[in-house]
Amino acid sequence: MTPKRRKRIILIVIMIAGVAIAAGFALKAFNENLMFFYTPSAVVAGEAPVGHSIRVGGLVTNGSVQRQEDGLTVTFDITDNADTITVQYTGILPDLFREGQGIVARGRLQDGNLFIADEVLAKHDENYMPPEVADALKSAHKNGVEGAATGATKP
Amino acid sequence: MIPELGQFALILALVMALVLSIFPMIGSLNNTPGWVALARPAAWGQFCFIAIAFGCLVSAFLTNDFSVLYVAQNGNTLLPDVYKVSAVWGAHEGSLLLWVFILSGWTVAVSLLARHLPAVVLARVLSVMGLVCIGFLSFLLFTSNPFARVFPVPLEGGDLNPLLQDPGLAIHPPMLYMGYVGMSVAFSFAIAALIGGRLDAAWARWSRPWTTVAWVFLTIGITLGSWWAYNELGWGGWWFWDPVENASFMPWLAATALIHSLAVTEKRGAFKRWTVLLALLAFSLSLLGTFLVRSGVLTSVHSFAADPARGLFILIFLCLVIGGSLSLYAVRAPSVSSGGRFDMFSRETLLLGNNMLLVIITAFVLLGTLAPLIYDALGWGKISVGFPWFNRMFVIFTPLLVVLMGLGPLTRWKHQDPADLARQLRVALLVSLGGGILTALPLLHEGSIWAGLAVMLSLWIVGSLLLSLRQRLRYRKGLAGLWQDLGAKGSGSYYGMVVAHFGVAVFIIGVTFVMQYEVEKDIRLSPGESTELAGYTLRFDGVQAHQGPNYRADRGTVHLLKNDREIALLHPEKRIYTVQTKPMTESGIDVGFTRDIYVSLGEGLGNGDWSMRLYYKPFIRWIWLGGLLIAIGGLLAASDRRYRIAVRDRVPASAVLGNDGLIANRGS
Repeated sequence: MTPKRRKRIILIVIMIAGVAIAAGFALKAFNENLMFFYTPSAVVAGEAPVGHSIRVGGLVTNGSVQRQEDGLTVTFDITDNADTITVQYTGILPDLFREGQGIVARGRLQDGNLFIADEVLAKHDENYMPPEVADALKSAHKNGVEGAATGATKP
Repeated sequence: MIPELGQFALILALVMALVLSIFPMIGSLNNTPGWVALARPAAWGQFCFIAIAFGCLVSAFLTNDFSVLYVAQNGNTLLPDVYKVSAVWGAHEGSLLLWVFILSGWTVAVSLLARHLPAVVLARVLSVMGLVCIGFLSFLLFTSNPFARVFPVPLEGGDLNPLLQDPGLAIHPPMLYMGYVGMSVAFSFAIAALIGGRLDAAWARWSRPWTTVAWVFLTIGITLGSWWAYNELGWGGWWFWDPVENASFMPWLAATALIHSLAVTEKRGAFKRWTVLLALLAFSLSLLGTFLVRSGVLTSVHSFAADPARGLFILIFLCLVIGGSLSLYAVRAPSVSSGGRFDMFSRETLLLGNNMLLVIITAFVLLGTLAPLIYDALGWGKISVGFPWFNRMFVIFTPLLVVLMGLGPLTRWKHQDPADLARQLRVALLVSLGGGILTALPLLHEGSIWAGLAVMLSLWIVGSLLLSLRQRLRYRKGLAGLWQDLGAKGSGSYYGMVVAHFGVAVFIIGVTFVMQYEVEKDIRLSPGESTELAGYTLRFDGVQAHQGPNYRADRGTVHLLKNDREIALLHPEKRIYTVQTKPMTESGIDVGFTRDIYVSLGEGLGNGDWSMRLYYKPFIRWIWLGGLLIAIGGLLAASDRRYRIAVRDRVPASAVLGNDGLIANRGS
């Protein structure tokens, strides 16, 4: 092995090691920062972890938006038309937030299925439904229909 | 009548694109000068017809022709004329028309400005661009016709999305598209070079200015988008790691790697295969960006209700382009020689490091952007990747990039003695370490390790740039020679690099300081009430009704005071656009070089009370100033005289029509 060659191999090894270490760190951090999305039904069924950063989404239930004394803390219910959970948020809600609208909230679930949101997202387009919310409504609807069907066949 | 003309023009443009992509290419392969000569007129024809179609759509908007569905959805009689024009690219169909318009514009620009290219090479480049244009024109005609009519004709249009009624957003999409589509030029040069089998320094020199200009547009587009988000979205953020933002950022990263790698290929004849691969990557990422934005597969603030057929079309197109170009690469690349040799410590190695880092960052951004799709497809659940992850990626990789950025310009090509370099950089290193530690310690201001790191990195860049300037001017009569040097051959590239790297230093300060020292306050205020924010006093004077041309607004009055002296009067607004009854927050911002004060209205809480969001944003302007400097640097580099003069002299006789073999390398 010529010295030149050895040098080159050392260089390549250093580079690969560097990239591998960096990639390792990145993937570890990646796993820690993944936020899963849960539907209200999943939360009620106890599938969502308590105290972890997660996202929930659904339609804001009509008449459920309540403002507390300080004027900044708001609670409202979101639903996938099967189950409903309560979300609490302190701060300014997005412009397109309103009852009946599909929203996604990021935050942590407390005991008793109260969701404390750090961020509430409503989208640019009022006809637009976040895909997660659309799916949640669809699957809740499907489960409901299937549940009704199986319920009907039972004696 | 006019919309039909537009429709016909589009069809004719498609025919022209077919001609452009078939005949000159075949002619270049079997030596038919007549067919090769067809490239330029076909490119012109394609441009003219698309320009006519574009003009037709603009005129439909200006004349409020609501019989055209697209105009009926996005136009309105009350819309100011400026926004009637920008409404053309306010939604899907029109923005695609803008896309092909810009693509055909780039094609014509290449045919005009790259005249010194050998006819065969030019024909192939134009031909490949024609192929890309076919893809987009058929997409436009078959899935998203902007000229489709609607019956019965509505009396009034649905109006432009109010978020888009802002000067920043009127020019943001065209700039971004100029960048996206401009990458197709680098791509076409690369494909043409692969077809011809000639990947050499001349090829790199031809594609360099084009790549740089496209990259400049991309830089401006992204910077404008960030500035617009800050002004219009009302929550004071300037970057969200949103899939659509990432979609524009990934091609930018790849293009940044590409312009550095092209420098090596041009100067030293090395990295040829790698450079070609980057050119393919940059354009593929541009297409991927289009796919992400247009298909609606990802949740994003930019997502609008989408049609799956469109997503599928772009996905197939994407696969054809990536698959086709990579196959060609696989066939041709092995015959390319490896070019100039270099030692372990040399500028080549550092630029290789730069490329590695940028590609790794691109890969991570891609991972973070596509992970939700992959998880969903595999049934692992619905996820999103939090922005802390993206931020952490940049905290890890940016310092490494910056260290290289400081070393690079002072390091020689081929071989550099590390001890010698260390001696030169001693002062810069000391200054940057000292400045960094001073900032990190809580002496003058609240200290912060991150701010210290940012100052250290910025001073490192600035220090090494100053050293490099001193070295360059030492043999050019010092400062007096600076002016003379500016006009010399090769100077544009050098000074462009200096300005762009300086922009990075400014950007780093802006980003870090705003993240470290920003103060946010959500508060409820009654009229006459005051609040403190980072040493400033804000006095709320209530909200009045206000009538705009196509909206009505609640307009707040906030006095900004420092030491009991009024320094600004802010008017944050809450607008309701009359047609779409869509609420919009217009923030009130007191702009400053070292800090912004940002006020946006929340909701009325009764008794004249309002909830409000207040921000103190130190050094936020530096973020966009940095972006601007980076773009200016790119322009300087692209305007280098040697691209205009040297090319003709250096074209070898063998490159002229008729003698176009598989000659691999002349670089070194």
